[in-house]
Amino acid sequence: MIVERPKLTIWDRLYMPQILKGMWITLKHIPMKRFTRQYPEETPPLPKRYRGVPTLVRDPEQRVKCVACQLCEFVCPPRAITVIPGFRAETGPDAKVEKEPSDFIIDMARCIYCGLCEEACPEEAIFLKKDYAMASYTREQMKLHKEKLLELGGIHEDRICKWKKK
Amino acid sequence: MNAGDALFLFFSLALVLSALMVVLSPNAVVSALYLVLVFLFTAGLYILLQAFFLALLQVLVYAGAIMVLFLFVMMVLDLRKPCRWWDGNLPALMGGPLVGLAFGAAVWATLRRTVWPEATSETLFRGDLAAVVTPLFSRFLLPVEIIALLLLVATIGVVVLTRREDHP
Amino acid sequence: MWTDPAILEWIFILVKIIVIFGLVLSIVPYTVLAERRICAWIQDRVGPNRVGFQGLLQPIADALKLMLKEDMLSNHVHKVVFTLAPALVFMPSLMVLAVIPWGSAIGPMTCVLSDMNAGMLFALAVASFSVYGIALAGWASNSKYPFLGGMRSAAQMISYEVCLGLSLVPLFMQTGSLNLSAIVEYQTQHGWLMLYHPVACFIFITSLFAECNRTPFDLPEAEQELVSGYNIEYSSLKFGLFFLGEYANMLVASALVTTLFLGGWSLPFAPFNAPATVIWVGLAHVGIFVAKVCAMLFLFIWVRWTVPRFRYDQLMALGWKVFFPLALVNIVVVAVIMACRANL
Repeated sequence: MIVERPKLTIWDRLYMPQILKGMWITLKHIPMKRFTRQYPEETPPLPKRYRGVPTLVRDPEQRVKCVACQLCEFVCPPRAITVIPGFRAETGPDAKVEKEPSDFIIDMARCIYCGLCEEACPEEAIFLKKDYAMASYTREQMKLHKEKLLELGGIHEDRICKWKKK
Repeated sequence: MNAGDALFLFFSLALVLSALMVVLSPNAVVSALYLVLVFLFTAGLYILLQAFFLALLQVLVYAGAIMVLFLFVMMVLDLRKPCRWWDGNLPALMGGPLVGLAFGAAVWATLRRTVWPEATSETLFRGDLAAVVTPLFSRFLLPVEIIALLLLVATIGVVVLTRREDHP
Repeated sequence: MWTDPAILEWIFILVKIIVIFGLVLSIVPYTVLAERRICAWIQDRVGPNRVGFQGLLQPIADALKLMLKEDMLSNHVHKVVFTLAPALVFMPSLMVLAVIPWGSAIGPMTCVLSDMNAGMLFALAVASFSVYGIALAGWASNSKYPFLGGMRSAAQMISYEVCLGLSLVPLFMQTGSLNLSAIVEYQTQHGWLMLYHPVACFIFITSLFAECNRTPFDLPEAEQELVSGYNIEYSSLKFGLFFLGEYANMLVASALVTTLFLGGWSLPFAPFNAPATVIWVGLAHVGIFVAKVCAMLFLFIWVRWTVPRFRYDQLMALGWKVFFPLALVNIVVVAVIMACRANL
């Protein structure tokens, strides 16, 4: 498409009036409301389904829900998850019922926050929380281990309570 | 030796040294920079002679404008290959000193013949604006105008020569 | 011994040098901060406000950061010229400050370092040197973008220097002097020269924008085309000196406009419209001068964050086809008016 160049009047060609107009606009903006969010003090409002750090959760009776099936490890696109399967305590009420990871490592330097682990988990043991500032000083610190993940996840109030029905 | 003499010695020595470096420096742009130094030291000599206006014009016109244009052209020409003074051909190597000697002899002869008037408070050149400008607009008006015309002709000539027909 | 006039003169000169350097070297970094804050305000942002109260320590942090950076010197640069260039940008602006009267008198001390007869000419002559810094930086870097930036700057600054000088001629015709102190005193009696010569004032300020490489004429460093032009190859303090030099140039330009068109240290009512006889008026004159300079600096910053960059051919056309003839016509018009007023 050929766009016709507009015919400029003398007023337009002088150029100065337009510059003065522009300067008036910028001057008006100086006392206006600022749109900056002062980040560490003011955090952004997160959408309801925001995907932050992946965590492991416990059920209302403090049991680790993960059964070390390694589906999340398998599905994880950047291979950020490493599950080391282990066994639950030999004694106690849950003894020899299910497996439990002896360690569960998520490398936050690799995690892409896709949420596939949450989708794949058959036990609903892994959830993406809303924390997003997961920076550290070393690569080792970026690897979150089982204790840290459980601490971040906390207790998940769900209604299924599979362990009671066994 | 008072401060004035010391400054004169400094300026003139520095002037001669930078003038030599203009010729001897292998890099054309560096040569041009030494030429700027030459102009600055000349301005310093003018200031020692109380000719402030002349010194400022020297700096403004030669160092500030003309040499910038020189540099501009030299940079555009992209003179990559260093050109040392002994790289020239034999006639140039022989001719340069000969011309220099001849010129020096001429200057020497003139200096010896000139009768220098004694400096008094009347003959001392007061380098303020009016003293420089008034003769330009009265006694030397015609030469000034002729030079102006000459420069105009030269400018127009350059414009005509560089104008290309296919790009009107 | 203290009251000996000769010794007192030397002490005054020392004090003035220290005051000028101190003022400039402290104002310049804060001009950078002001630029960043005002730019942010114009764009509805906040700007640097973390380091110190409202970001007041930010310039110090920036300076420290620049000092601690590695000073890179590439193999392909012309080392002497490369090192010399940043100083050549910074030095002329400091030299111009020697002839600018930044007050009338504090007690027995006049507030100008060198009350030169051809002061304005000195300022123009010295200011014309800052082009060397940029052009040589571009050449000595020996790489493409800096070279283009240096070339552009050389062409631009030569072109606008002509307009700069010509626009001032009517002023000298009216005041009959090239001495900056005399020009200011003329303005204390007859009113600001901006009111007599609005066209000259406009051409002068616009040409100063071009001389300082400020937007809308910042083609030498055009970020989008030249990735910042002549200073690409520089780092650490050498880059810092370019940076400081640019803002020092701006400061000097503001001081020149204040002195030539805005009445320098004077205000158009007593007791600020005559050279000071008491110390507090003298100090107030310095304050008035600094305030006017700050207002000019604000104008510089304000224009930068309003007007987009000119194209190169537009820049040259504006300089040679608009401002150059306009300045010449302005001279003739002023000359005719002056002749009429003298003869009628």
